[in-house]
Amino acid sequence: MKQDIILCGVGGQGILSIATIIGWAALDQNLQLKQAEVHGMSQRGGDVQSNLRVSDTTINSDLIPRGACDLIISLEPMEALRYVPYLAPGGWIITNTQPFVNIPNYPEMDAVNADLDRVGNVIRLDVDALAKEVNSPRSANMVLLGAAASVLQMLTPELLEDGIKHVFARKGQAIVDTNIAAFRAGLEAARK
Amino acid sequence: MGDEALALGALHAGLSGVYAYPGTPSTEITEFIQSNALARERGVHSDWSANEKTAMEAALGVSYSGKRALVCMKHVGMNVCADAFVNSAMTGANGGLVVTACDDPSMHSSQNEQDSRFYAEFAMMPCFEPASQQETYTMIQAAYDFSEKHRIPVLMRLTTRMAHSRAVVEVGEPREQNEIHFPENPRQWVLLPANARVRNEQLIKDYATFEQESESMGFNQYFDAADHSVGVIACGIAYNYLMEQYPDGCPFPVLKVQQYPFPSAMAQRMARECGRIIVMEEGQPLVEKRMVGILPTPVKISGRLDGTLPRTGELTPDYVRAAMGLPELPVKAASQVTVPRPPALCQGCGHRDFYTALNNVIHTYPTARVFSDIGCYTLGWLAPFHAFHTCVEMGSSFTMALGAAISGVHPAVAVIGDSTFTHSGMTGLLDAVNAKAQVTLCISDNLTTGMTGGQDSAGTGRLESICKGIGVEPEHVRVIVPLPKNYEEMERVIREEIEYKGVSVIIARRECIQTLKRHAAAAAKKGVK
Repeated sequence: MKQDIILCGVGGQGILSIATIIGWAALDQNLQLKQAEVHGMSQRGGDVQSNLRVSDTTINSDLIPRGACDLIISLEPMEALRYVPYLAPGGWIITNTQPFVNIPNYPEMDAVNADLDRVGNVIRLDVDALAKEVNSPRSANMVLLGAAASVLQMLTPELLEDGIKHVFARKGQAIVDTNIAAFRAGLEAARK
Repeated sequence: MGDEALALGALHAGLSGVYAYPGTPSTEITEFIQSNALARERGVHSDWSANEKTAMEAALGVSYSGKRALVCMKHVGMNVCADAFVNSAMTGANGGLVVTACDDPSMHSSQNEQDSRFYAEFAMMPCFEPASQQETYTMIQAAYDFSEKHRIPVLMRLTTRMAHSRAVVEVGEPREQNEIHFPENPRQWVLLPANARVRNEQLIKDYATFEQESESMGFNQYFDAADHSVGVIACGIAYNYLMEQYPDGCPFPVLKVQQYPFPSAMAQRMARECGRIIVMEEGQPLVEKRMVGILPTPVKISGRLDGTLPRTGELTPDYVRAAMGLPELPVKAASQVTVPRPPALCQGCGHRDFYTALNNVIHTYPTARVFSDIGCYTLGWLAPFHAFHTCVEMGSSFTMALGAAISGVHPAVAVIGDSTFTHSGMTGLLDAVNAKAQVTLCISDNLTTGMTGGQDSAGTGRLESICKGIGVEPEHVRVIVPLPKNYEEMERVIREEIEYKGVSVIIARRECIQTLKRHAAAAAKKGVK
């Protein structure tokens, strides 16, 4: 079994934390993992993505081929659309509904939503609002991870929570708690 | 991460020091060593160097002393250290010396996509290029052994995808560091013509031995297969993209290349046995060009030169799939709604306020030309600032402004960052002082190496004394604080110095807001404890 995931958003939104936690969980299960990131200039408020491949057999390419991605996890709705050609038939998009507008020509939200409708399997959540509801406004990325947990095949929500504890441990218990709360809010919202 | 696998492999090979200047995608190698417990315990040197040339030279000194050293840089850093690099093949290595160049095909964060394998060939140095994170860890240890066995520095080449991609790596036991011991042949380290000529003959002979090693060490592998209509030469991570297409094994013979000098005999076998050869390499068509040559070949050679693969940019599994003649996977049409989202200077960044003030002055001089440099502030070329006219390579702002001023351009203004200034702007400043040129040289000082993530900057706290020491008149070394409330004063200072008929340096100093946040968070955490 394998699952190919594209994580995307805008530089600074926290996609690499999501990748780190999924990676930790995959490692814990002795799964194979490849995760390609882009650093450097692109991180300054530009579009960022990470290719994450999890499998119980050998993974060759660090990059996901077009038409092979099982899941796009996006912290920003237009960024989700950027990677549609990579989506496999039957693949899913899980995206934040709140646009990150730092460019003058950001498209109309109606057009963005209509294009997401075209793609089909889309789970949409206002992760910013959900994060605020559980008093974790800076953990919107963990809300999204929680929502994605419902479709991550080889990794259970409990395991991902362990990952959050592990990854944020050095930042103190309070940070771990707010991130777990955000994760659970996302998980619950996606199950509805 | 490939960078981390390389760093750990080097530490486990008994590394005594890493010498580097930050540059994407190589920065994480040194950062890993800086934060590694074993490195700290062993006292492995890991402070940043002023630039790639000083890094290369210091590492050569480590090697001379018999210890193992690592030099890391992005590909364009190879140009900065080229003098030391090429001549290190002439001195040879004593303690193991590995130079790691991280190439950036597709220019994710660079100004060109030069391929560092050319440097290895040019210098007659072996080059290793791993295809996986595990191989990176293993191969760097082999590279150190190779370096000491053959008394030659080794170039390790990574590309962005290998440098910044993560996978599971199994690690072994760390080797001890070397004790100090000096070279067996001291003449080789004094490159006077009489010695260098002798060494050159020897290096040419050694290079033939290196090629035999390329054939026999096992990093280059020939996988035969039943269908000989095509053979594939897959260099570095191109091998991964090839195997992605054939989960049950490639039906064609494959030559996996990870070590140079290029294993000619293996390629000749493929030419004898296969009707056509497809060459896949990340970067420029080095192997392919060599295979094609200029005379007709009996075997058709395909790759980047004949359009089987794109001429530029990094390879992808999709390009490789098409090159193998396989049908495209069913793909949903690209969105027509998305627009590009270019990177931008952070909100609240001092470079923004500096450019605003500079623009307000410059726009009153229709003949003004602004020469910028490499760093976060290069983003000032984009909207809304459009703040300068050139950006070429590290340090070129000062010297291009100088050349323009001497040619009669006024105002000739340069903008450089603090780290880039100490990397390679200082010598240009000396030229400007000696030329008594009318130039306005601005250092946008954010007290860090910002673009690569906030590493220490070599001249922090000493920029004024450096500029005065080089010979800029003290009253024309001006310091301003780039904040919106200071626009009036900033603009006055900039205007005064533009009007000054000599060399002036304006230092616009305010800490990078990213490192400021990090420092504040660290201080808060300390306070809680």
